[in-house]
Amino acid sequence: MGLSGIEIFKKLPKTNCGKCGVPTCLAFAMKLATGKAELDACPDLSEDVKEELGEASAPPVRTVVIGTGEQAIKLGGETVLFRHEKRFENPPAFTLLLSDKMDEAEISAKLTKFKETAYERVGIVLRPAMVAVKGESKDTSGFMALVEKVCNDTDAALVLMNEDTDALSQAAKSCSNRKPLIYAATSENVETLGSLARELSCPLAVKGNSLEELAEISEKLIKMGVKDLILDSGARTAGKSLEDQIIIRRSALMKKFKPFGFPTIVFPCEMTDNPMKEAMIACQMVAKYGSIIILSEIEGHSIFPLLLASMNIFTDPQRPMAVEQKIYEIGATDENSPVLITGNFSLTYFIVSGEVDTSRVPSYLLIKDTEGLSVLTAWAAGKFGADTIAPFVKKCGIEEKVKHRKLVIPGYLATISGELEEELPDWEILIGPREASHLPAYLKQLKIED
Amino acid sequence: MTIEIPKIAYAGKIKEIPLGRGENIITVGGESCCPFHLFEGAMPHPPKIAMEVYDRAPEDWPDTALEPFADVAGDPVAWARKCVDTYGAEMIALQLASTDPNAEDTPADEAAAITKKVSDAVEVPLFVFGSSSVDKDTEVLKAVCEACEGKNLIIGPLAEGNYRAIGATAIGYQHTVMASTPIDINLAKQLNILLGNLNVPDDKIIIDPTTGALGYGLEYCYSVMERIRTAALVQEDERLQFPIIANFAKEVWKTKEVRLSEMEAPLLGDQKKRGILIEAMTAQCVLLAGADILVMRHPEAINLVKESIQDLMIRGES
Ligand code: B12
Ligand code: SF4
Repeated sequence: MGLSGIEIFKKLPKTNCGKCGVPTCLAFAMKLATGKAELDACPDLSEDVKEELGEASAPPVRTVVIGTGEQAIKLGGETVLFRHEKRFENPPAFTLLLSDKMDEAEISAKLTKFKETAYERVGIVLRPAMVAVKGESKDTSGFMALVEKVCNDTDAALVLMNEDTDALSQAAKSCSNRKPLIYAATSENVETLGSLARELSCPLAVKGNSLEELAEISEKLIKMGVKDLILDSGARTAGKSLEDQIIIRRSALMKKFKPFGFPTIVFPCEMTDNPMKEAMIACQMVAKYGSIIILSEIEGHSIFPLLLASMNIFTDPQRPMAVEQKIYEIGATDENSPVLITGNFSLTYFIVSGEVDTSRVPSYLLIKDTEGLSVLTAWAAGKFGADTIAPFVKKCGIEEKVKHRKLVIPGYLATISGELEEELPDWEILIGPREASHLPAYLKQLKIED
Repeated sequence: MTIEIPKIAYAGKIKEIPLGRGENIITVGGESCCPFHLFEGAMPHPPKIAMEVYDRAPEDWPDTALEPFADVAGDPVAWARKCVDTYGAEMIALQLASTDPNAEDTPADEAAAITKKVSDAVEVPLFVFGSSSVDKDTEVLKAVCEACEGKNLIIGPLAEGNYRAIGATAIGYQHTVMASTPIDINLAKQLNILLGNLNVPDDKIIIDPTTGALGYGLEYCYSVMERIRTAALVQEDERLQFPIIANFAKEVWKTKEVRLSEMEAPLLGDQKKRGILIEAMTAQCVLLAGADILVMRHPEAINLVKESIQDLMIRGES
């Protein structure tokens, strides 16, 4: 963020009309300066001021969108080096590489895997994001056919790759309505591809053979008026790549160095022939600043942990994900259904409710507000002890829903069962298993009616 | 165009801690930069991996994790030897899991005898973990210190509730300690201050900030490690300038996703490779956050991580 609140304030209308949702222009300026408001909220700015402030208040790493519609992928927009400072904005796009050198069967198999791979976790769908189509065979028609096939087969956002500028231009034109990423402008073809990207309004990747060369090409493109760039420093080893990624991010953040103020593209697929090792390198890039991560295959055993890593690194460090405090009814419950209790940390809720669901034993799951903390964390923080669980059980309304008085508590809270029985004299406290994965077996043998 | 690398000024340095003894000492720590930031500082001792050995035959491991050790499970000495001889373990981490009062509650003297045997059987540095039960660990780890006098074992966890008793015994018998606090930079610092007050020497302390697995709270652990490391290097917080250990294998291998077979969850791919990668990627993340010592289980995960460390120690042609 370039300007201070006061500097921004000087450019505002100073009428304190309140249309932006805060009472004064100064308050609005302060919010803008800390990234808590959008410029568009004030309807009374002149175009000039908008542009000036827009530039100054834009994040140091530009937000670039690839693709259109629901499958559009947003990248960049980052403002910090470390995730504990502030939430990382846009998780990396895991991208499947397809080449016109692969035979049809391989391509179809890989595309099918790509399309069917999706996981729901904590209520969020995780999946690989884009497909990269690479022309390597010197045969433009084969490359074009592959681009067409991929376009017909999936709505996913695309990366088009070809060293042959003509073939690349032709492909980009054929599907420019889908806003593919064009890969890549080099020292040799920068004018041609720069004009093409501008003409088609498509994002453009920039490839240098060193950071120096990368900066030169990027600067040229900025001067040509190409706005949406993606950076490839040319590093093809893990060590060099880490170094380049850090230097690029730091240059953008600490020096406001414009040529490096863009998301990056990295190629674990070109760094090793071993798919397990490729996944490890990709993981490194999740943590350290890769935006588009190109993979040679999408296999559940590697993409699932990668998506988990990306989810972990990109969650908000200040605010644990939480669900609402209430009675969740899982399956066709009735007055004899088991009653279980846990805290409202999203991860805990989704794991436990998932297992209850798997058990096919209709159950009531009481979710108590633990301020988004896991079972033991909440207990250790004094938010999930007998003293707070008891009043919640009494008040939440479960006593009207079931005839019985049996409450299953998490196995890790076994130590509080005595105390809880004292606080809830009508209830019998049952100690559940420690790990939720044992819940299906546990629920199946549980006898509620005596 | 020349690119001026925006460097961070590191005023602090991580202390170098010798582990084990004699010819087999392995030194950890010594960094003067963030992890693998070799363009602006040095990492004289690349991170090391301690291979897990359990005091009893594990009952609840998935087959994919047990398989490499099936022939030695239940015999901690043979297990430790196998780790060194077959898998080239740089260090061993003995998990005295059966001492847990909620498990078998193995008595302290028995646990100490097992530890003694293992420590006699292998030359490499030996980490010894109690069960994280404050009172029981006090008994067990004191007995371990005594039985293995002079061997410079690395013992823990020393927590707020038992650091005094165990710390004093550890100094007496010349061991190194792991100061353990739950994912909190201030608590970590505080415990190190307390250990200093107790006269535990600075070259005998390792920070154990506690760890969760990938997908199970790892993000918190990642950030607390990054904060501890940057506070040590940039803010020169002297009581945080110690190497960090990450003891995550036991967290990883209890998660649901390493246990599901490919039949049960086809979209999760090959079960064995998945488990290995979840462990190895948990390692990759904590390495990049600042861990110096990793406690790991699966030999193939360990190989992947060793390669990763090697690769990250090479700056590459520029
Ligand atoms: C991440 C983490 C944190 C994060 C918080 C994350 C969060 N949103 O909760 C942070 C860094 C904030 C944190 C803070 C603290 N933490 Co903490 N934390 C952890 C850690 C590493 C992982 C927790 C986690 O996310 N688990 C994953 C979730 C899904 O697990 P879960 O909720 O328990 O659910 C599982 C089971 O319980 C079961 N289950 C859940 N519900 C139910 C219900 C039924 C009916 C059944 C049958 C089963 C069941 O299913 C789930 C999967 O199997 C653990 C150590 C570890 N490795 O587990 C320590 C840990 C829980 N923390 C601990 C402590 C002490 C604290 C602090 C009090 C430290 C301090 N003094 O500041 C603070 C308290 C926070 C505060 N004051 O606000 C201790 C608790 C010790 C104890 N035994 O009491 C632990 C165990 C670490 C340790 N070994 O010392 N922590
Ligand atoms: S809408 Fe614009 S002019 Fe009105 S108070 Fe807000 S910033 Fe000021």
